[in-house]
Amino acid sequence: MIRLEDLSVAINGRPILRDVSLDLAPGNVTGLVGESGSGKSMTALAIMGLLPQGARASGRAMLDGQNLLEQPEAALCRIRGRRIGMIFQEPMTALNPLMTIGDQVAEVLRLHQGLDRRSALARARERLDRVGLPGSRFPLTLYPHELSGGQRQRVAIALAIALRPDLLVADEPTTALDVTTQARILDLLKGLVRDEGMALLLITHDLAVMAGMADRVAVMQSGRIVESGTTESVFRQRRHPYTQQLFAASRHVPARAPRPATVPLVQVTQAVRAYRTADGGLRALDGVSLTIGRGESVGLVGESGCGKSTLARVILGLDPLQGGGIRLDGREVTAQGHMPRDLRARMQVVFQDPFGSFDPRWRVDRLLAEPFHLTGRPGDWRDRVAAALTEVGLQPADARKFIHEFSGGQRQRLAIARALIIRPALIVLDEAVSALDVRVRAQVLDLLARLRADHGLSYLFISHDLSVVRGISDRIVVMQAGRIVEEGPPEALVGTPRHEHTKALVAAMPRIPEEWT
Amino acid sequence: MRIGLILGGALAGLALASAALSAFWTPHDVSQLAIAQKLLPPSAAHWFGTDHLGRDILSMAMLGARTSLAVALVAVGIGMGLGVPLGLLAAARRGTWADEAVMRGNDLVFAFPSLVIAILITAVFGPSAVNAIVAIGIFNIPVFARVTRGAALPIWTLDYIRAARVAGKGAALISLQHVLPNVASLLIVQATIQFSLGILAEAGLSYVGLGAQPPVPSWGRMLAEAQTMAVLAPHVAVIPGLCIVLTVLGLNLLGDGLRDASDPRLRVLR
Amino acid sequence: MLRYLSRRMIVMGLSLLAASALIFSVTELVPGDPASFMLGTGAQPETLAALRQQMGLDQPLPLRYAAWAGAILQGDFGTSFTYRTPVAGMILERLQVSLPLAVMALALAVAVALPVGLYAAARRGRAGDGLVMAATQLGIALPNFWFAMLLVLVFAVKLRWLPAGGFPGWSDPAAALGSLILPSLALALPQAAILARVLRSALVETQGQDYIRTARAKGLTTGQTLRRHALRNALIPVLTILGMQFSFLLAGAIIIENVFYLPGLGRMIFQAITQRDLIVVQSAVLVLVAAVIAVTFLVDLAYAAVDPRLRRA
Repeated sequence: MIRLEDLSVAINGRPILRDVSLDLAPGNVTGLVGESGSGKSMTALAIMGLLPQGARASGRAMLDGQNLLEQPEAALCRIRGRRIGMIFQEPMTALNPLMTIGDQVAEVLRLHQGLDRRSALARARERLDRVGLPGSRFPLTLYPHELSGGQRQRVAIALAIALRPDLLVADEPTTALDVTTQARILDLLKGLVRDEGMALLLITHDLAVMAGMADRVAVMQSGRIVESGTTESVFRQRRHPYTQQLFAASRHVPARAPRPATVPLVQVTQAVRAYRTADGGLRALDGVSLTIGRGESVGLVGESGCGKSTLARVILGLDPLQGGGIRLDGREVTAQGHMPRDLRARMQVVFQDPFGSFDPRWRVDRLLAEPFHLTGRPGDWRDRVAAALTEVGLQPADARKFIHEFSGGQRQRLAIARALIIRPALIVLDEAVSALDVRVRAQVLDLLARLRADHGLSYLFISHDLSVVRGISDRIVVMQAGRIVEEGPPEALVGTPRHEHTKALVAAMPRIPEEWT
Repeated sequence: MRIGLILGGALAGLALASAALSAFWTPHDVSQLAIAQKLLPPSAAHWFGTDHLGRDILSMAMLGARTSLAVALVAVGIGMGLGVPLGLLAAARRGTWADEAVMRGNDLVFAFPSLVIAILITAVFGPSAVNAIVAIGIFNIPVFARVTRGAALPIWTLDYIRAARVAGKGAALISLQHVLPNVASLLIVQATIQFSLGILAEAGLSYVGLGAQPPVPSWGRMLAEAQTMAVLAPHVAVIPGLCIVLTVLGLNLLGDGLRDASDPRLRVLR
Repeated sequence: MLRYLSRRMIVMGLSLLAASALIFSVTELVPGDPASFMLGTGAQPETLAALRQQMGLDQPLPLRYAAWAGAILQGDFGTSFTYRTPVAGMILERLQVSLPLAVMALALAVAVALPVGLYAAARRGRAGDGLVMAATQLGIALPNFWFAMLLVLVFAVKLRWLPAGGFPGWSDPAAALGSLILPSLALALPQAAILARVLRSALVETQGQDYIRTARAKGLTTGQTLRRHALRNALIPVLTILGMQFSFLLAGAIIIENVFYLPGLGRMIFQAITQRDLIVVQSAVLVLVAAVIAVTFLVDLAYAAVDPRLRRA
């Protein structure tokens, strides 16, 4: 049993964690939930003794009556990997690209048990089998680049549990994965806790994941645990206002305007786009047909690599098609260069990454005015920028600032203002709220709903997350392997999915039990 | 590394100032030979002593600074003027034949060290200081092309580039408005490095007779002439070498300091 | 793997073709041709024309290039104007000095740079790192030929440990190696300084990667992660620099040979330039450039050995 008592951490004198206390009991899943910057990951690193340079920890992290915070580095090295294992968020980079998966798992065994390579590899085989990578399909000689994200996360889990540690720390282990992969990895973690009797500290921002996994949960805000208890009691009672806000935001559904009569705005017919790859080529779009009505909000859902972003790029006229066609207002959309400016000006886009969406060397007014390149910059462009800023809830004075002066949510508002400034008919929202914390996400979704009602905009809302798309779309389109497999109104599609893939997506969607709300 | 930036700026500034000053004034006139005063050790009249022809070494070193800095500066200009546009083009047309052509052309030029280019030019046109400029300049082109392309490629994957494309901007305009400003600081750092490498290369070329020709003074040729005298009068061989070392050191410190000041993660090609 | 290899080999072949064509056409720019050079200024036009025809100089440029390249592939580099001996033999003889010099220098540079770079990366931000990095900063600024002159002054003139110059020939291997020690030292140390800096920054960068954090979570000490995980990953940028350094070393060797009066390729080239013996210059330059291209190919092979992602492509 590992117990945190009044754990506090300061980095260069700035407090990051304050008086965090947690019991991590064997065979139990303890959830740590909160928004980015709340101190969840720092808690995990403090337990591991892997705090960044300049960090000072006080309080106690007790294991077998020893305070981990006071152990010398050599002793911690004997504990890490043997008594406490850890897995991280990003499976694509968490493994050494130059080492086989067998050697990476075997390294833990050789390090702590002094096994020779052969017997360590035999044990590694066993552990890889346990995490669902059977030897018939996943020989030890594979390198990480030969595996998918979910498979890599399984390797990371195998090496973290290779020595059956007392505690496994999992820091957002499924955030970077597709929803169906997430469900399988979560099942695996649950099974490991049950079979091996270890304690699991699960860190996540996703309340629904927490509801399905954790026995006990602790809610963190600005370095403090504001509420904790059994998962059901915390979810049902929501004593702390912050818990209430998180809860409300995570199930927030923006007010949706009544669906207008559909005159087609965008018509995609039999679109084909193939990439040439080293191993023979891949059809990113394999005969996709889709109509977006004027004023309609269409949600496009699918797992990574299904072709949804490619579809967005061809609709925007950024990538060429190899077959089929796209019409906007009845006029043909073609790839870059040949498209008339007034037609291009009918569409704009908002991307996922609030940090990469803006040139860091430009001021906000110049950034927001960039789409005027299509229409010619009007004489009153500064007023238009000020109006757009006001419309998305920012100040006209923000026009002279640089982008690094804004938070992630504010940047996404700026991206919306930029898309709006030339009054397009269609805005493509490519995972536009996926990188935002739940409370900010709820606000941005409300903003999008209001703007749509005010300006009669059409949205193509692309996301991997069915639960987000459900709230904002009039119609949902599901893609798999370059094809559209099902479409329909949100309630029907989520309530009674017909296609196998939609059923799998709906089943894998983590949710909070109805009776807890 | 504040100290590095200041020290580097001071050393490079000193070299630049003496080069500029030598255009108007040097302590002694080096066109007058005074064999009677040859190989004098450093003294009040001749701070750095005199060479085998009785010329004042301080004056020679100042004039040599002018040659070295001018050659290296023009060579950096040639490299940047041609290399940066090529690199921007390759990045904008990544994965196409244009990118491939630029990169293979780069590899080809990389196979010709500036000394080899200088040998070829000299063999054909005879020796001159221009050879050194051309040879070092040509070698600088692929360096700048590669660095520019390498820095520009990740920028092209960013969403603000896609937003600019959705705003109807073409590759040329995007390269100019978004890509170039965001790689500029890296290019400045690389320029100081190529500048210092250029000084080293010019010295080497002049030393073997492929660069500056008499009567143009140059640090490399001073060392070549000093080689046989080095045993008799070590200062003749030590002073020009120190000039090179300190100038190059200054420029390198300046480059590192600038890099740390702008972004410690900038990737520079050495 | 085979696909990667064959692609790299095609690139090498094309580079050699382009480089040789370039060298051939540049030397074609020289006023006057070998025939008039051989016969001197007072030659009869008829004799000149006859000799031109005999030497194939009346053919168009591409044909002459093809004939030249074809002969070189068979080991025939032509005949020196001044020495009237086959150039191939001259180059082969000189390579016996230049090649060991470049290889010794490269080995020395790696042997020095590896421990220095590892030490500095392990001590990052501490006094040892600062000291070592300051020393490398100075090393980079050293012109190798001047450093060579200083080495001669100290170790040959003052201490009399090693010869100041000249080359006794390989019949006495110990003396031959002894006469290459100072030159290779002069060549290697400035390059070692660059290599050590590159290695350090590559190591520092890989230490920030996610898989290093995974390795630490396994219970590896910082030293173990540095040696077992970071070093191999850092090798990739280091290899790139190493390949480029070979061309600098070759060029440096040509200059250094002048300081030590070594009868290598470099000395031969400079003599040939003063004697306007173009065919020697042309051939020697071709050999140098071919060596650089071959090393680039070897570096590509090394990449594939280090990085499994390339082996699959």
